[in-house]
Amino acid sequence: MSSTGQPPPEPFRVSQLLYDTRYRSYTIQIFALAVIMLAFAWAIDNAVRNLEALGKDIDFGFIFETSAYDINQHLLDYDSTSTHGRAALVGIINTILVAIMGCITATVIGVLAGVLRLSRNWVVARLMTVYIETVRNIPVLIWILFTVAIVNEVLPGVRSFRGEDAMSGLFFDSVFITNRGFYIPAPVFEAGSAAVVAVLLLSVAAAWYFGRWARARQAATGQILPVFWVRLAILAIPVLLAFFAMGSPVSLEVPALKGFNFKGGIYMRDSLIGLWLALSVYTGAFIAEIVRAGILAISKGQTEAAYALGIRPGRTMSLVVLPQALRVIVPPLISQFLNLTKNSSLAIAVGYMDATGTLGGITLNQTGREMECILLLMAFYLAASLTISAGMNAYNRSVRLKER
Amino acid sequence: MKLKTTLVAAAAATAFSVGAHAATLDDVKAKGFIQCGVSTGLAGFAFTDSDGNWDGFDVVFCRATAAAVFGDPNAIKFTPTTGKTRFTALASGEIDVLYRNTTWTLSRDVDLKFSFLGVNYYDGQGFMIRKDMGVSSASELDGATVCIQTGTTTELNLADFFRANNMSYEPVPIETNAEAQQKYLANACDVYTTDASGLAATRATFEDPENHVILPEIISKEPLGPLVRHGDNAWGDIVRWVLNALIIAEEKGITAANVDSMASADTKDPEIKRLLGVEGNYGEMLGLSADWAVHAIKTGGNYGEIFEKHIGENTAIGLARGLNQLWTKGGILYAPPFR
Repeated sequence: MSSTGQPPPEPFRVSQLLYDTRYRSYTIQIFALAVIMLAFAWAIDNAVRNLEALGKDIDFGFIFETSAYDINQHLLDYDSTSTHGRAALVGIINTILVAIMGCITATVIGVLAGVLRLSRNWVVARLMTVYIETVRNIPVLIWILFTVAIVNEVLPGVRSFRGEDAMSGLFFDSVFITNRGFYIPAPVFEAGSAAVVAVLLLSVAAAWYFGRWARARQAATGQILPVFWVRLAILAIPVLLAFFAMGSPVSLEVPALKGFNFKGGIYMRDSLIGLWLALSVYTGAFIAEIVRAGILAISKGQTEAAYALGIRPGRTMSLVVLPQALRVIVPPLISQFLNLTKNSSLAIAVGYMDATGTLGGITLNQTGREMECILLLMAFYLAASLTISAGMNAYNRSVRLKER
Repeated sequence: MKLKTTLVAAAAATAFSVGAHAATLDDVKAKGFIQCGVSTGLAGFAFTDSDGNWDGFDVVFCRATAAAVFGDPNAIKFTPTTGKTRFTALASGEIDVLYRNTTWTLSRDVDLKFSFLGVNYYDGQGFMIRKDMGVSSASELDGATVCIQTGTTTELNLADFFRANNMSYEPVPIETNAEAQQKYLANACDVYTTDASGLAATRATFEDPENHVILPEIISKEPLGPLVRHGDNAWGDIVRWVLNALIIAEEKGITAANVDSMASADTKDPEIKRLLGVEGNYGEMLGLSADWAVHAIKTGGNYGEIFEKHIGENTAIGLARGLNQLWTKGGILYAPPFR
């Protein structure tokens, strides 16, 4: 009778670390980790030693010193007596502004182009192919320089609006498109305007609530209400009544040519417009491909089923295909939003004062604190990217297939 | 085994990159050429000619330094730098000396850890504007859009000037002179501001220079000169004394044409003898050959010759000597005695 019991476990031998597949992966991982940590240690040590050799230390005190330079576009109060920290903040807000504007327009352009590229109309589909292939195969820096050059060279100068045969602005001389940017009217809120704004907010809430109620009613009874017209009435009528009842407290400040430039109104600088357009058009081309891929990922049976139920093509796209396609679209869309935000750091090429231009540009140069400025800048872009990522991931969770 | 090699290489690289800053003179002599940082392109001061060779006022001073060290004005490598990249390039050791219209200020000297070695051009910040704007003084610039080169003292002076005069303006920060020029010409800015010499140089390249004026106000002091890293004394001394030698040469009437005969002939003036290495061992003190100054002067002539050839009144740039005239002729150009 031979023994059928398990052989006694072999004692662990060192050579198993290399030859036993159970342990080998650990060996490799520990080795890789050690190499990476050594590389980091070397880089940090090198930086510290080189800074020492240059007689420099790491000191963030400059943040509280006076910046002494001006920034053209500042959404916060800022002048040359503010601190470097505030200058950095102004730059950060400018980055966020162009990133948000860019993400919105890039999404609109991308969805339209992506859907149209699948159009049955041959010309439209080919046009979109040309747009996508041209735009995304040329570096974004070239696009930024190109759009700003177009704004600067093609649009009329401010001086064309002056003198004998002066040009007049669009929309009853209220919007001026010049090579220094766009001047548009700004709303001016006078006493009593708070009531109008409050009524507007209430109307928006009421319109939203009405939409929900109408949908619930349609689901329950099948009756369709004229939602659009009712909503329009809810939005417009009370606000207009309040506006006139309070004696027109909100007026428009129209830009007017005074001295060298237009004064008053809202001024969108050439650099902002150029950067915004270039980033939107460039990222839009990538988003278009993502949207197209998302739509093609939805089985044709879904479209055919919708047609069989008598749903028109436009509604099929918006009610059946796109909501399902979103599940495929959203994850790669996140990375496009991140790309756009990071690409906005090319702004300095056209003189738009974003975080790279203030903190990583003038502040760095005037204080000579390269290490500190770049570290802060990296921290900002990292934080911004992680925030976008977190927000979009939350949205992704809300649209993905609910598994029950 | 492999890891060990990598580590040794890494350690060596660390040691080298730290040591690189210790003695630039030794490094320069070992590699056989000077690395000089210049502007990315400013007519008259630093530009590439049709054959791709660097030339200009600042460039000749660089070449004279190379000639003093190696006896060859072409033992040099030029690195074009922008207002923003120049200090990093110098601090990191990418260049040995920076000759790029750089203003000598306290914070650059002390906080950025550089040593300024003298002044090769006394300048001040001015404004350029189209003639038909009808502006005759900088105090009429309230509300103007101003193009500036970023990373310079210019933007700080500008902020101070407009604040002091209680005027508003719209700054348009630009990275290089070429882009600023394009914006100004496209009328995207009303005014272009930089050092007055730079304005004259830029205007000279316009198709219609006569339609642009430089306003009379000079709003700052801009002593422009060469700089090296702090603690680089032996190397800094050479750059400083090449500059001084060219100024003394003008004072003494030594030109590129007569320098050889001056050095060989029986000159009476002992300072000329000392300068040209006929008497004394001044070259040895600097760690150079005895005739270093002869080579330096032969490169492009004395200070006055360099000035007249590249930016003087007979050139397209047309700058008057002004403050940059010798102290004996009403300017403030003054070199310490050569002894």
